[in-house]
Amino acid sequence: MTNSHGYQDFTLGGFGFTRDEYFCHITWQTHDGRPMSHTMDAGNYLRALMRDVAWGFFYGWVNFDDVIGTVNHYATVDLFAGAYNGAMKTAGIDRLENFPTDDIRQVFEAMLADWTNADFDPFAAPQETGSPYGPKNGDNMPAITRARELARRCVGLEGDLALRTDESGAPVNRAFADVPQDKPEIHAEPGYENQVHAFNLFAFLSRSQVTWNPSFTSVVKNSFMCPTTEEHILPIIHGNDRVEWFFQMCDEIHWDCAHKDTGEPLARVIMKAGDMAAMPAYCRHQGYSPKRSMLLVWENGSPTLVDDIKSGAAPEVPVEF
Amino acid sequence: MAHAYKTRFGALDDYDKGRVEPVDDDVRHYAFSNCFEIANNSQPYEKVVFGQNQEYVLEVVRAEGDSPWYTCAHDEFALSMDGEAEIHFIDLDASQRVQDKEKEGAILVSAEPKGPVMGWVKIGRGHQAMLPAGAAYQFRAQSPAVIIMQTCKGELSIERWADICQSA
Repeated sequence: MTNSHGYQDFTLGGFGFTRDEYFCHITWQTHDGRPMSHTMDAGNYLRALMRDVAWGFFYGWVNFDDVIGTVNHYATVDLFAGAYNGAMKTAGIDRLENFPTDDIRQVFEAMLADWTNADFDPFAAPQETGSPYGPKNGDNMPAITRARELARRCVGLEGDLALRTDESGAPVNRAFADVPQDKPEIHAEPGYENQVHAFNLFAFLSRSQVTWNPSFTSVVKNSFMCPTTEEHILPIIHGNDRVEWFFQMCDEIHWDCAHKDTGEPLARVIMKAGDMAAMPAYCRHQGYSPKRSMLLVWENGSPTLVDDIKSGAAPEVPVEF
Repeated sequence: MAHAYKTRFGALDDYDKGRVEPVDDDVRHYAFSNCFEIANNSQPYEKVVFGQNQEYVLEVVRAEGDSPWYTCAHDEFALSMDGEAEIHFIDLDASQRVQDKEKEGAILVSAEPKGPVMGWVKIGRGHQAMLPAGAAYQFRAQSPAVIIMQTCKGELSIERWADICQSA
């Protein structure tokens, strides 16, 4: 159904979703049947929705803000409102429903497609896109259906993820105009051209057209180097179900870390070039990048880790010392 | 006129380390360290673990002079965060390869490596090289460089978390 602003309304289980010119509204019923609602800025909502859709609900919790979000169980997904907000949970006004992944994915994809106007790119930094606001105005399907860039072994190998170039539609970003575009020297003997290999990772990243959206650049078994370029605010508050490692490769990001279940503040982490930090599995975190920066997100994608998490065998802290 | 941004990289002799500012948590749970600081306090070619997730690790290596020859049963990757290094490769003779295909992490080649020369690469800041499974490789750095290794924890990996991480 299309509302007076031109946008479709959506429902999923006991949740309702509407948008107007400036805001997205989520409604649900509490455990005792009372109506509840929550409102988010339309731009912030669409940026969060974009990541949740693009990442296939990611690892663990994708909090759109302090109230609503999803939890990935890798075959099903929880959609919640207030369930991980200490005050709302205590007040009993939260709601959590579990859905088959395909069901919630289809609704989220349709919502993202309908609510994203022609001028707005939810992957772009705020200075690099038009406005998310106003009545329904076309769509931006090319921007919201970008394929994730995933190397199987290493960027630049024959048959693997290609290097980014001007010709491929990946110019150097304005904030990385000073990043050298030189290439490593490669002297491969005949027959070893696809084994003796190197590439300029920083130049590759300087040409990223998106923010807060990791790609895979090198793979060791299930160890994935997932570098990304970050600018402004991470549009979600990520509550990982496993320890997650960050390596700051240039410039800086400031992280707010809070307890995953309640949102109670735990720490701030100020990361500058060369810094490494882990996010313990019990925290949720949101980053602020004053200038576009390069962050290596280092992920363990081992399929056995999901079982370890479910059984409680996976550690909540990175190391003991 | 477009604003001219300055991208801030770190270097062995020029870095600005951040910090954990605790509110209500143990700062050790964030395993906060800095690769340049670690390299400044390392011997050449020590493989100092500064990230670990189950069997997987990220290591800081101070490349300086010629390294021993290494080999590994799985791919590894080397990223320069500062400085230049050559990496030379030999298609290692079967008798010198890692016999256990499941063995994790790099090992030293037991004697002078035998096999066809594969070639070499020279990497500088921001360049990442592949160290293919089964090959022997050697780093050669005329000046100190800081290398980040993506690999698995192995017999050469060194853990000294209390020395490298913020603890208070």
